Amino acid sequence: MGYRMTDVLWIAVFAILVAFAVPWFLWGDATVIAGLPVWLWWHIGWMAVASVVFWAFTNRAWDRGMGVKHG
Amino acid sequence: MAELAVQVGVILGYLLVALIVGVVAYRVTTNAAEDYYLAGRSIGTVVLLFTTFATLLSAFTFFGGPNVAYAAGPEWILVMGVMDGVLFAILWYVLGYKQWLVGRKHGYVTLGEMLGDRFGSTLLRGTVAGISLLWLFPYVMLQQMGAGEALVGLTNGAIPYWAGAALITLFMILYVTVAGMRGVAWTDTIQGLFMLSVIWIAVVWVLSSVGGLSGATGAVAASNPEFLSLGGGLYTPAYIISTAVVIAFGVTMFPQINQRFFVAKSDRVLKRSFALWPVLVILLFVPAFLLGTWAAGLGISVPEGANVLPVLLNEYTPAWFAALVIAGAIAAMMSSSDSMLLSGSSYFTRDLYRPFIEPSVSESREATIARVGVAVFAIGAFFASLTRPGTLIEIGNTAFGGYAQLALPVMLALYWDGVTRSGMFAGILGSQALYLAHVFVPSVPIEIAGTTVTLFARAYAGWDVALAGMVVGLVLTVAVSAATTATAAERPDRFVTGAD
Repeated sequence: MGYRMTDVLWIAVFAILVAFAVPWFLWGDATVIAGLPVWLWWHIGWMAVASVVFWAFTNRAWDRGMGVKHG
Repeated sequence: MAELAVQVGVILGYLLVALIVGVVAYRVTTNAAEDYYLAGRSIGTVVLLFTTFATLLSAFTFFGGPNVAYAAGPEWILVMGVMDGVLFAILWYVLGYKQWLVGRKHGYVTLGEMLGDRFGSTLLRGTVAGISLLWLFPYVMLQQMGAGEALVGLTNGAIPYWAGAALITLFMILYVTVAGMRGVAWTDTIQGLFMLSVIWIAVVWVLSSVGGLSGATGAVAASNPEFLSLGGGLYTPAYIISTAVVIAFGVTMFPQINQRFFVAKSDRVLKRSFALWPVLVILLFVPAFLLGTWAAGLGISVPEGANVLPVLLNEYTPAWFAALVIAGAIAAMMSSSDSMLLSGSSYFTRDLYRPFIEPSVSESREATIARVGVAVFAIGAFFASLTRPGTLIEIGNTAFGGYAQLALPVMLALYWDGVTRSGMFAGILGSQALYLAHVFVPSVPIEIAGTTVTLFARAYAGWDVALAGMVVGLVLTVAVSAATTATAAERPDRFVTGAD
């Protein structure tokens, strides 16, 4: 079983999820919006996105990733 | 004095309720190993999610985290988010689902058993169990230290440190010896939901008396403006990355977490838990660590040896509520420890005692030995915790680092059939030796080409040595596996999951 294009895409998506859970581009930034630093809002939003992506993964690639056939 | 009575009453009451739940669960548990350790592989989504979650809900995250946020700013939330919310979730799939598939096929109960069977080596099985128990010790100590410190903070020292640590040790032993995995899983769920609710109530309570979110954060901006800017001080990119990576990989190899990879009822349970994970992490850790951060702005002063959270709650919420939160936290630590001790005892009896000491041990005798083992281990950790060898975060990091060394060789073994027994031994022992040397050998500064380098320090140029150990383990496993051939007793086909 070779890698499919979608497998590579999932790996890339996971890598991005990990890499930007910390908003490195806001390093040193102290802007506060609605009572919390912007970098913290980014993180909270990012985790919500991660949850949705993970849910999509379980629907589309979970079993195929392990080579398991059943639904 | 009346306040002290309320505090003690609430805490004892809470611990007793938790114990009763355990006893009820015990009534439906048999002594058979699959039932005692794995609740008959019948754990559903909510329970699996919370039992894994509650295991993370230890003194490390609950008191250690807010303490760091109080001292250095709230970036610890990001460390937790990357490591628990995203990295651990991915490993949950990569290691956890794979182990679940393999475990269901061959009936494994422990990590050592799985590896020992695949590589045809009882010695490997025992080695993995031994290493796991070694690093479990500081982590159980951490819970005892956390409980001791929590009660000191809550009661202003009326309950001494040793008494708090002793109390949790006693409940831990009582609990594990009567309940088994089902009891632990049940109370974990109740406690997870309870902690999640009270921490949010605490946030609302504190915020309502300090002028809301803007008021609390504004106070931090005035007193510690550097806390609000991302990074700085303790938080360097090297620190954030190495802490998150080491802990995420370390968590997967904790006996109590790793054993949970075997307990899910169906793959649907694993899938749902996986998707809910990041949200749950945010829901708990954002409020907990923000409370720690806000305490800095509110001018809370924390006595030596206490934790910021109980002190803050005492200041802004009624005594009974503060006691309830602390009781919840202590109970959560207790359930982390219960899970750890329970899994630890299965590692001990199945992977060490039975194969090496008494192969023909009967099931009931094995159960007795497991329970005695738990008591001895917990009491040993209790005495060690009285010496207070470091802060909660330091002790926790040491344990996580030790476990992290196991993760990559195990992952390679699960996915690459070219791994040999010699490769596993080299990877596991090599990385452990390197890491142990850095934990126990005092650091020595030496001169190399005019610059001073500190050997055996816990971090090199800001990078945790545990990360280097992981790389060494990976390289050794691959190199030695490539250089040696598998013996006839090794069975790579054990880990094949595609042929279902």
